[in-house]
Amino acid sequence: MEGLPILDGVDLRSPEAGPKPTRSLQSRGLDLSQPAAQLERLDSLALSTDADFDAYAAEAGFTPFTPAPLDIFQINVGKLCNMTCRHCHVDAGPDRTENMTLETVEQCLAALDRTTAHTVDITGGAPELNPHFRTLVDGCVARGKHVIDRCNLTVLLLPKLKDLPEYLADRGVEVVCSLPHHRARNTDAQRGDGTYEKSIEALRRLNAVGYGQGDPQRVLTLMTNPAGAFLAPDQASTELQWKRSLERHHGVTFDRLIALNNMPISRFLEWLEETGNLQGYMQKLLDAFNPGALAGVMCRNTVSVSWDGHIYDCDFNQMLDLPAVDRAGRALHVSDFPTATTQDRTIVTARHCFGCTAGAGSSCGGATA
Amino acid sequence: MSDYYKADHLARFGEISQGNPDLAKKFFAWYGATFEDGALTKREKSLIALAVSHAVQCPYCIDAYTTGCLEAGSDLEEMTEAVHVAAAIKGGAALVHGLQMLEKAEERGM
Repeated sequence: MEGLPILDGVDLRSPEAGPKPTRSLQSRGLDLSQPAAQLERLDSLALSTDADFDAYAAEAGFTPFTPAPLDIFQINVGKLCNMTCRHCHVDAGPDRTENMTLETVEQCLAALDRTTAHTVDITGGAPELNPHFRTLVDGCVARGKHVIDRCNLTVLLLPKLKDLPEYLADRGVEVVCSLPHHRARNTDAQRGDGTYEKSIEALRRLNAVGYGQGDPQRVLTLMTNPAGAFLAPDQASTELQWKRSLERHHGVTFDRLIALNNMPISRFLEWLEETGNLQGYMQKLLDAFNPGALAGVMCRNTVSVSWDGHIYDCDFNQMLDLPAVDRAGRALHVSDFPTATTQDRTIVTARHCFGCTAGAGSSCGGATA
Repeated sequence: MSDYYKADHLARFGEISQGNPDLAKKFFAWYGATFEDGALTKREKSLIALAVSHAVQCPYCIDAYTTGCLEAGSDLEEMTEAVHVAAAIKGGAALVHGLQMLEKAEERGM
Protein backbone atom coordinates (compact mmCIF):
# COMPACT_ATOMS: atom_id res chain seq x y z
CA MET A 1 0.00 0.00 0.00
CA GLU A 2 3.07 2.20 -0.04
CA GLY A 3 2.56 5.30 -2.19
CA LEU A 4 -1.20 5.14 -1.83
CA PRO A 5 -2.90 7.76 0.34
CA ILE A 6 -4.11 5.25 2.91
CA LEU A 7 -4.00 6.01 6.61
CA ASP A 8 -4.77 3.16 9.04
CA GLY A 9 -7.01 1.51 6.47
CA VAL A 10 -8.84 4.73 5.54
CA ASP A 11 -8.37 5.71 1.90
CA LEU A 12 -7.93 9.49 1.81
CA ARG A 13 -9.47 9.45 -1.69
CA SER A 14 -12.79 8.22 -0.28
CA PRO A 15 -15.68 10.57 0.54
CA GLU A 16 -15.67 9.18 4.10
CA ALA A 17 -12.16 10.56 4.65
CA GLY A 18 -13.26 14.07 3.71
CA PRO A 19 -15.62 15.94 1.33
CA LYS A 20 -14.47 16.29 -2.29
CA PRO A 21 -16.49 18.70 -4.42
CA THR A 22 -13.87 18.61 -7.18
CA ARG A 23 -10.51 17.03 -8.11
CA SER A 24 -7.10 18.62 -8.29
CA LEU A 25 -6.29 20.55 -11.47
CA GLN A 26 -3.21 18.36 -11.77
CA SER A 27 -5.16 15.10 -11.67
CA ARG A 28 -7.38 16.45 -14.46
CA GLY A 29 -4.30 17.30 -16.52
CA LEU A 30 -5.39 20.91 -16.96
CA ASP A 31 -3.18 23.62 -18.37
CA LEU A 32 -4.32 25.79 -15.46
CA SER A 33 -2.42 23.53 -13.05
CA GLN A 34 0.75 25.23 -14.35
CA PRO A 35 1.76 28.41 -12.45
CA ALA A 36 2.85 30.14 -15.66
CA ALA A 37 -0.59 29.57 -17.18
CA GLN A 38 -2.24 31.10 -14.10
CA LEU A 39 -0.03 34.19 -14.18
CA GLU A 40 -0.66 34.58 -17.90
CA ARG A 41 -4.45 34.44 -17.36
CA LEU A 42 -4.26 37.30 -14.83
CA ASP A 43 -1.83 39.36 -16.92
CA SER A 44 -4.00 39.10 -20.02
CA LEU A 45 -7.07 40.67 -18.37
CA ALA A 46 -7.89 44.16 -19.61
CA LEU A 47 -8.50 46.17 -16.43
CA SER A 48 -9.21 49.84 -15.74
CA THR A 49 -5.48 50.49 -15.07
CA ASP A 50 -2.37 48.53 -16.02
CA ALA A 51 -2.66 46.88 -12.57
CA ASP A 52 1.08 46.90 -11.93
CA PHE A 53 1.31 46.04 -8.23
CA ASP A 54 4.78 47.53 -7.78
CA ALA A 55 3.53 50.85 -9.16
CA TYR A 56 0.64 50.83 -6.66
CA ALA A 57 3.08 49.98 -3.84
CA ALA A 58 5.39 52.81 -4.96
CA GLU A 59 2.46 55.23 -4.96
CA ALA A 60 1.80 54.15 -1.35
CA GLY A 61 5.43 54.87 -0.41
CA PHE A 62 7.12 51.52 -0.89
CA THR A 63 9.95 52.05 -3.39
CA PRO A 64 10.89 49.28 -3.67
CA PHE A 65 8.48 46.95 -1.88
CA THR A 66 10.67 45.34 0.79
CA PRO A 67 10.24 43.19 3.91
CA ALA A 68 10.12 44.32 7.56
CA PRO A 69 11.87 42.26 10.31
CA LEU A 70 10.96 38.57 10.22
CA ASP A 71 8.25 37.47 12.69
CA ILE A 72 6.73 34.37 11.16
CA PHE A 73 8.32 31.28 9.67
CA GLN A 74 5.60 29.59 7.65
CA ILE A 75 6.18 25.99 6.63
CA ASN A 76 4.04 24.33 3.98
CA VAL A 77 4.70 20.65 4.65
CA GLY A 78 2.98 19.38 1.51
CA LYS A 79 -0.03 19.22 -0.77
CA LEU A 80 -1.59 16.01 0.54
CA CYS A 81 -5.15 16.60 1.79
CA ASN A 82 -8.25 14.60 2.66
CA MET A 83 -10.39 17.30 0.98
CA THR A 84 -10.52 19.05 -2.41
CA CYS A 85 -12.14 22.44 -1.75
CA ARG A 86 -13.24 24.43 -4.82
CA HIS A 87 -11.21 27.49 -3.92
CA CYS A 88 -7.93 25.78 -2.87
CA HIS A 89 -4.92 27.89 -3.84
CA VAL A 90 -2.59 24.93 -3.28
CA ASP A 91 -4.45 22.56 -5.64
CA ALA A 92 -4.21 20.12 -2.75
CA GLY A 93 -5.91 16.73 -2.61
CA PRO A 94 -5.41 13.04 -1.86
CA ASP A 95 -3.62 12.57 -5.17
CA ARG A 96 -0.92 15.14 -4.36
CA THR A 97 2.07 13.23 -3.01
CA GLU A 98 4.45 16.17 -2.47
CA ASN A 99 5.32 15.90 1.23
CA MET A 100 8.17 17.28 3.31
CA THR A 101 10.82 14.70 4.23
CA LEU A 102 12.36 14.30 7.69
CA GLU A 103 15.60 15.73 6.33
CA THR A 104 13.86 18.96 5.27
CA VAL A 105 11.99 19.10 8.60
CA GLU A 106 15.37 18.98 10.32
CA GLN A 107 16.69 21.72 8.04
CA CYS A 108 13.69 23.87 9.03
CA LEU A 109 14.38 23.30 12.73
CA ALA A 110 18.06 24.15 12.25
CA ALA A 111 17.03 27.35 10.43
CA LEU A 112 14.75 28.25 13.37
CA ASP A 113 17.80 28.18 15.65
CA ARG A 114 19.27 30.91 13.49
CA THR A 115 16.26 33.25 13.19
CA THR A 116 14.45 35.69 15.43
CA ALA A 117 11.06 34.58 14.12
CA HIS A 118 8.78 34.06 17.14
CA THR A 119 6.06 32.08 15.37
CA VAL A 120 6.01 28.95 13.24
CA ASP A 121 2.92 28.68 11.07
CA ILE A 122 2.43 25.13 9.75
CA THR A 123 0.23 24.68 6.72
CA GLY A 124 -0.38 22.39 3.75
CA GLY A 125 -2.48 20.52 2.31
CA ALA A 126 -3.63 19.09 5.58
CA PRO A 127 -0.33 19.44 7.47
CA GLU A 128 -1.35 16.83 10.04
CA LEU A 129 -1.17 14.16 7.31
CA ASN A 130 2.58 14.62 6.92
CA PRO A 131 4.26 11.67 8.74
CA HIS A 132 6.76 14.08 10.36
CA PHE A 133 4.17 16.62 11.55
CA ARG A 134 4.64 15.82 15.24
CA THR A 135 8.45 15.84 14.94
CA LEU A 136 8.17 19.33 13.49
CA VAL A 137 5.72 20.56 16.15
CA ASP A 138 7.77 19.10 19.00
CA GLY A 139 10.94 20.67 17.59
CA CYS A 140 9.31 24.10 17.33
CA VAL A 141 7.83 23.89 20.84
CA ALA A 142 11.22 22.83 22.25
CA ARG A 143 12.67 25.99 20.71
CA GLY A 144 10.07 28.13 22.49
CA LYS A 145 8.23 29.13 19.33
CA HIS A 146 4.54 29.96 19.14
CA VAL A 147 3.18 27.24 16.85
CA ILE A 148 0.15 27.52 14.57
CA ASP A 149 -1.51 24.50 12.98
CA ARG A 150 -3.65 25.48 9.96
CA CYS A 151 -6.32 22.81 10.22
CA ASN A 152 -9.17 21.95 7.83
CA LEU A 153 -11.15 20.53 10.81
CA THR A 154 -12.46 17.42 9.00
CA VAL A 155 -9.01 15.83 9.23
CA LEU A 156 -9.46 15.62 13.01
CA LEU A 157 -12.20 13.02 12.47
CA LEU A 158 -9.85 10.50 10.84
CA PRO A 159 -9.44 7.57 13.28
CA LYS A 160 -5.64 7.77 13.03
CA LEU A 161 -5.67 11.39 14.23
CA LYS A 162 -8.24 11.15 17.02
CA ASP A 163 -5.65 11.95 19.68
CA LEU A 164 -4.53 15.09 17.83
CA PRO A 165 -6.65 17.68 19.73
CA GLU A 166 -5.12 16.52 23.02
CA TYR A 167 -1.62 16.40 21.50
CA LEU A 168 -1.96 20.00 20.25
CA ALA A 169 -3.51 21.20 23.53
CA ASP A 170 -0.68 19.70 25.59
CA ARG A 171 1.82 21.73 23.56
CA GLY A 172 -0.10 25.02 23.51
CA VAL A 173 -0.40 24.95 19.70
CA GLU A 174 -2.79 27.57 18.29
CA VAL A 175 -5.25 25.92 15.92
CA VAL A 176 -6.40 28.08 13.00
CA CYS A 177 -9.38 26.34 11.44
CA SER A 178 -10.93 26.93 8.04
CA LEU A 179 -14.67 27.57 8.25
CA PRO A 180 -16.01 29.75 5.42
CA HIS A 181 -19.29 30.54 7.17
CA HIS A 182 -20.98 30.02 10.52
CA ARG A 183 -23.87 28.26 8.81
CA ALA A 184 -23.94 25.19 6.56
CA ARG A 185 -24.89 26.49 3.12
CA ASN A 186 -21.81 28.55 2.18
CA THR A 187 -19.47 26.20 4.03
CA ASP A 188 -20.61 23.16 2.06
CA ALA A 189 -20.78 25.14 -1.22
CA GLN A 190 -17.07 25.89 -0.98
CA ARG A 191 -15.70 22.82 0.76
CA GLY A 192 -18.16 20.05 -0.19
CA ASP A 193 -21.36 18.53 1.17
CA GLY A 194 -21.06 17.36 4.75
CA THR A 195 -18.12 19.63 5.58
CA TYR A 196 -20.13 21.77 7.97
CA GLU A 197 -21.39 18.86 10.05
CA LYS A 198 -17.90 17.33 10.29
CA SER A 199 -16.39 20.74 11.12
CA ILE A 200 -18.82 21.26 14.00
CA GLU A 201 -17.95 17.82 15.38
CA ALA A 202 -14.23 18.66 15.13
CA LEU A 203 -14.81 21.99 16.91
CA ARG A 204 -16.61 20.09 19.71
CA ARG A 205 -13.55 17.86 20.10
CA LEU A 206 -11.29 20.92 20.28
CA ASN A 207 -13.60 22.53 22.85
CA ALA A 208 -13.54 19.29 24.87
CA VAL A 209 -9.76 19.54 25.40
CA GLY A 210 -9.95 23.21 26.41
CA TYR A 211 -9.68 25.06 23.10
CA GLY A 212 -11.76 28.17 22.43
CA GLN A 213 -12.40 29.20 26.01
CA GLY A 214 -10.06 32.15 26.45
CA ASP A 215 -7.01 30.13 27.56
CA PRO A 216 -3.93 31.63 25.86
CA GLN A 217 -2.43 28.11 25.74
CA ARG A 218 -5.49 26.76 23.87
CA VAL A 219 -6.26 29.38 21.26
CA LEU A 220 -8.90 28.38 18.71
CA THR A 221 -9.03 30.75 15.75
CA LEU A 222 -11.57 30.42 12.95
CA MET A 223 -10.70 31.61 9.46
CA THR A 224 -13.41 32.70 7.06
CA ASN A 225 -13.05 33.31 3.37
CA PRO A 226 -15.86 34.13 0.95
CA ALA A 227 -17.78 31.36 -0.82
CA GLY A 228 -17.82 33.28 -4.09
CA ALA A 229 -16.53 36.27 -6.05
CA PHE A 230 -16.82 38.89 -3.32
CA LEU A 231 -14.60 40.32 -0.58
CA ALA A 232 -14.25 39.03 2.97
CA PRO A 233 -16.44 40.57 5.69
CA ASP A 234 -15.22 42.94 8.40
CA GLN A 235 -13.69 40.51 10.88
CA ALA A 236 -14.34 42.44 14.09
CA SER A 237 -18.09 42.91 13.69
CA THR A 238 -18.48 39.46 12.14
CA GLU A 239 -16.71 37.72 15.03
CA LEU A 240 -19.41 38.68 17.52
CA GLN A 241 -22.17 37.41 15.25
CA TRP A 242 -20.35 34.11 14.63
CA LYS A 243 -19.79 33.59 18.36
CA ARG A 244 -23.50 34.04 19.07
CA SER A 245 -24.54 31.83 16.18
CA LEU A 246 -22.18 28.90 16.84
CA GLU A 247 -22.91 28.93 20.55
CA ARG A 248 -26.68 29.18 20.08
CA HIS A 249 -26.97 26.53 17.36
CA HIS A 250 -24.23 24.10 18.40
CA GLY A 251 -22.89 25.04 21.84
CA VAL A 252 -19.47 25.56 20.21
CA THR A 253 -17.07 28.34 21.27
CA PHE A 254 -13.95 29.85 19.73
CA ASP A 255 -11.53 32.66 20.56
CA ARG A 256 -11.21 34.82 17.48
CA LEU A 257 -12.20 35.12 13.84
CA ILE A 258 -9.92 36.15 11.01
CA ALA A 259 -11.20 37.02 7.52
CA LEU A 260 -9.26 36.46 4.29
CA ASN A 261 -9.95 37.26 0.66
CA ASN A 262 -9.67 34.50 -1.92
CA MET A 263 -6.68 34.70 -4.26
CA PRO A 264 -7.45 34.53 -7.97
CA ILE A 265 -5.09 31.58 -8.48
CA SER A 266 -5.25 27.79 -8.83
CA ARG A 267 -8.70 26.24 -8.24
CA PHE A 268 -10.36 29.55 -7.30
CA LEU A 269 -9.06 30.93 -10.60
CA GLU A 270 -10.63 27.95 -12.36
CA TRP A 271 -13.96 28.64 -10.63
CA LEU A 272 -13.80 32.36 -11.49
CA GLU A 273 -13.18 31.53 -15.15
CA GLU A 274 -15.88 28.86 -15.35
CA THR A 275 -18.51 31.13 -13.83
CA GLY A 276 -17.62 34.25 -15.82
CA ASN A 277 -16.51 36.05 -12.66
CA LEU A 278 -12.79 36.46 -13.35
CA GLN A 279 -12.78 39.88 -14.97
CA GLY A 280 -15.21 41.35 -12.42
CA TYR A 281 -13.39 39.87 -9.44
CA MET A 282 -9.94 41.07 -10.53
CA GLN A 283 -11.38 44.54 -11.20
CA LYS A 284 -13.01 44.48 -7.76
CA LEU A 285 -9.66 43.67 -6.10
CA LEU A 286 -8.04 46.51 -8.02
CA ASP A 287 -10.83 49.02 -7.22
CA ALA A 288 -10.64 48.07 -3.53
CA PHE A 289 -6.83 48.61 -3.31
CA ASN A 290 -6.20 50.00 0.17
CA PRO A 291 -2.78 51.65 0.67
CA GLY A 292 -3.37 51.40 4.44
CA ALA A 293 -3.44 47.60 4.17
CA LEU A 294 -0.03 47.39 2.50
CA ALA A 295 2.35 47.81 5.45
CA GLY A 296 0.82 44.81 7.26
CA VAL A 297 0.66 42.24 4.47
CA MET A 298 2.27 38.94 5.38
CA CYS A 299 5.07 38.94 2.80
CA ARG A 300 6.69 41.73 4.82
CA ASN A 301 7.07 39.79 8.11
CA THR A 302 6.80 36.16 6.97
CA VAL A 303 8.81 33.76 4.87
CA SER A 304 7.15 30.73 3.35
CA VAL A 305 9.04 27.43 3.09
CA SER A 306 7.88 24.80 0.60
CA TRP A 307 7.79 21.01 1.13
CA ASP A 308 11.15 20.77 -0.66
CA GLY A 309 12.79 23.55 1.37
CA HIS A 310 12.66 26.50 -1.01
CA ILE A 311 11.86 29.96 0.35
CA TYR A 312 9.09 32.23 -0.95
CA ASP A 313 7.71 35.63 0.04
CA CYS A 314 4.34 34.00 0.79
CA ASP A 315 2.36 30.79 0.32
CA PHE A 316 0.66 32.25 -2.79
CA ASN A 317 3.99 33.02 -4.48
CA GLN A 318 5.03 29.50 -3.53
CA MET A 319 2.06 28.06 -5.45
CA LEU A 320 2.82 30.36 -8.39
CA ASP A 321 6.44 29.22 -8.43
CA LEU A 322 7.77 32.74 -7.78
CA PRO A 323 10.74 32.12 -5.42
CA ALA A 324 12.20 34.73 -3.09
CA VAL A 325 15.56 35.91 -4.36
CA ASP A 326 18.34 37.83 -2.65
CA ARG A 327 20.04 40.93 -4.06
CA ALA A 328 22.40 38.74 -6.05
CA GLY A 329 19.44 37.06 -7.71
CA ARG A 330 19.96 33.74 -5.90
CA ALA A 331 16.88 31.73 -4.91
CA LEU A 332 16.84 31.18 -1.15
CA HIS A 333 16.73 27.70 0.41
CA VAL A 334 16.00 26.76 4.02
CA SER A 335 19.35 24.95 4.32
CA ASP A 336 21.23 28.25 4.07
CA PHE A 337 18.61 30.34 5.84
CA PRO A 338 18.92 32.96 7.10
CA THR A 339 21.73 34.77 5.43
CA ALA A 340 22.61 38.27 6.55
CA THR A 341 20.74 39.61 3.55
CA THR A 342 17.58 37.52 3.86
CA GLN A 343 15.30 40.43 4.70
CA ASP A 344 17.27 42.71 2.40
CA ARG A 345 15.43 41.75 -0.76
CA THR A 346 12.61 43.00 -2.93
CA ILE A 347 9.32 41.14 -2.60
CA VAL A 348 8.26 39.41 -5.80
CA THR A 349 4.83 40.62 -6.91
CA ALA A 350 2.28 40.05 -9.65
CA ARG A 351 -1.41 40.85 -10.14
CA HIS A 352 -2.61 38.25 -7.59
CA CYS A 353 -1.07 40.49 -4.89
CA PHE A 354 -4.10 42.81 -5.13
CA GLY A 355 -5.97 40.06 -3.25
CA CYS A 356 -4.00 40.93 -0.09
CA THR A 357 -4.52 44.71 -0.32
CA ALA A 358 -8.25 44.78 -1.15
CA GLY A 359 -10.67 46.25 1.36
CA ALA A 360 -9.50 45.72 4.92
CA GLY A 361 -6.44 43.83 3.65
CA SER A 362 -5.94 40.10 3.84
CA SER A 363 -3.13 37.85 5.00
CA CYS A 364 -2.63 34.63 6.92
CA GLY A 365 -3.24 36.63 10.10
CA GLY A 366 -6.48 38.14 8.75
CA ALA A 367 -7.18 41.83 8.03
CA THR A 368 -4.11 44.07 7.78
CA ALA A 369 -5.54 47.61 7.72
CA MET B 1 -37.26 48.61 -20.71
CA SER B 2 -33.54 48.58 -21.63
CA ASP B 3 -33.76 52.27 -22.47
CA TYR B 4 -34.78 53.02 -18.90
CA TYR B 5 -32.62 50.60 -16.88
CA LYS B 6 -28.92 50.18 -17.72
CA ALA B 7 -26.67 48.05 -15.49
CA ASP B 8 -23.69 50.37 -15.86
CA HIS B 9 -25.65 53.21 -14.25
CA LEU B 10 -24.86 51.66 -10.86
CA ALA B 11 -21.08 52.05 -11.31
CA ARG B 12 -21.66 55.50 -12.82
CA PHE B 13 -23.89 56.73 -9.95
CA GLY B 14 -21.26 59.33 -9.00
CA GLU B 15 -21.89 61.19 -12.26
CA ILE B 16 -25.07 62.55 -10.70
CA SER B 17 -22.76 65.20 -9.20
CA GLN B 18 -22.42 66.92 -12.59
CA GLY B 19 -25.55 69.04 -12.17
CA ASN B 20 -24.93 69.91 -8.53
CA PRO B 21 -21.61 68.77 -6.96
CA ASP B 22 -22.45 70.19 -3.55
CA LEU B 23 -25.71 68.28 -3.12
CA ALA B 24 -24.11 65.08 -4.46
CA LYS B 25 -21.23 65.42 -2.01
CA LYS B 26 -23.66 65.81 0.88
CA PHE B 27 -25.76 62.87 -0.30
CA PHE B 28 -22.81 60.48 -0.69
CA ALA B 29 -21.28 61.50 2.65
CA TRP B 30 -24.60 60.99 4.42
CA TYR B 31 -25.22 57.73 2.56
CA GLY B 32 -21.78 56.40 3.54
CA ALA B 33 -22.21 57.39 7.18
CA THR B 34 -25.62 55.71 7.30
CA PHE B 35 -24.07 52.32 6.56
CA GLU B 36 -21.24 52.46 9.10
CA ASP B 37 -21.37 50.17 12.14
CA GLY B 38 -23.46 51.88 14.81
CA ALA B 39 -26.20 50.63 17.14
CA LEU B 40 -26.91 48.36 14.16
CA THR B 41 -24.06 46.55 12.44
CA LYS B 42 -23.14 47.09 8.81
CA ARG B 43 -24.42 43.57 8.18
CA GLU B 44 -27.83 44.30 9.71
CA LYS B 45 -28.10 47.55 7.78
CA SER B 46 -27.23 45.75 4.54
CA LEU B 47 -30.03 43.23 5.16
CA ILE B 48 -32.47 46.09 5.78
CA ALA B 49 -31.23 47.75 2.57
CA LEU B 50 -31.71 44.52 0.63
CA ALA B 51 -35.29 44.19 1.89
CA VAL B 52 -36.10 47.83 1.11
CA SER B 53 -34.52 47.43 -2.34
CA HIS B 54 -37.12 44.78 -3.10
CA ALA B 55 -39.96 46.82 -1.61
CA VAL B 56 -39.04 49.81 -3.80
CA GLN B 57 -38.20 47.38 -6.64
CA CYS B 58 -34.92 49.08 -7.52
CA PRO B 59 -32.69 46.81 -9.67
CA TYR B 60 -29.60 48.90 -8.93
CA CYS B 61 -30.15 48.57 -5.19
CA ILE B 62 -30.82 44.82 -5.47
CA ASP B 63 -27.54 44.38 -7.39
CA ALA B 64 -25.59 46.50 -4.89
CA TYR B 65 -27.03 44.98 -1.71
CA THR B 66 -26.87 41.35 -2.85
CA THR B 67 -23.08 41.82 -3.03
CA GLY B 68 -23.17 44.11 0.01
CA CYS B 69 -24.91 41.47 2.15
CA LEU B 70 -22.51 38.72 1.01
CA GLU B 71 -19.50 40.92 1.76
CA ALA B 72 -20.95 41.73 5.18
CA GLY B 73 -21.04 37.99 5.96
CA SER B 74 -24.68 37.09 5.30
CA ASP B 75 -25.67 33.96 3.41
CA LEU B 76 -28.50 33.17 1.00
CA GLU B 77 -30.76 31.89 3.81
CA GLU B 78 -30.59 35.17 5.71
CA MET B 79 -30.95 37.24 2.54
CA THR B 80 -33.98 35.24 1.40
CA GLU B 81 -35.63 35.76 4.80
CA ALA B 82 -35.00 39.51 4.48
CA VAL B 83 -36.67 39.53 1.04
CA HIS B 84 -39.64 37.63 2.49
CA VAL B 85 -39.97 40.30 5.17
CA ALA B 86 -40.18 42.93 2.42
CA ALA B 87 -42.67 40.82 0.48
CA ALA B 88 -44.75 40.20 3.62
CA ILE B 89 -44.95 43.92 4.34
CA LYS B 90 -45.85 44.66 0.71
CA GLY B 91 -48.47 41.90 0.76
CA GLY B 92 -49.77 42.91 4.16
CA ALA B 93 -49.90 46.55 3.09
CA ALA B 94 -52.07 45.58 0.13
CA LEU B 95 -54.27 43.29 2.17
CA VAL B 96 -54.84 45.61 5.12
CA HIS B 97 -56.37 48.11 2.66
CA GLY B 98 -59.06 45.46 2.36
CA LEU B 99 -60.46 46.93 5.53
CA GLN B 100 -61.25 50.11 3.58
CA MET B 101 -62.98 47.91 1.04
CA LEU B 102 -64.83 46.15 3.82
CA GLU B 103 -66.05 49.36 5.43
CA LYS B 104 -67.11 50.80 2.06
CA ALA B 105 -68.90 47.59 1.22
CA GLU B 106 -70.67 47.66 4.58
CA GLU B 107 -71.59 51.32 4.03
CA ARG B 108 -72.95 50.73 0.56
CA GLY B 109 -74.40 47.31 0.95
CA MET B 110 -77.55 46.09 2.67
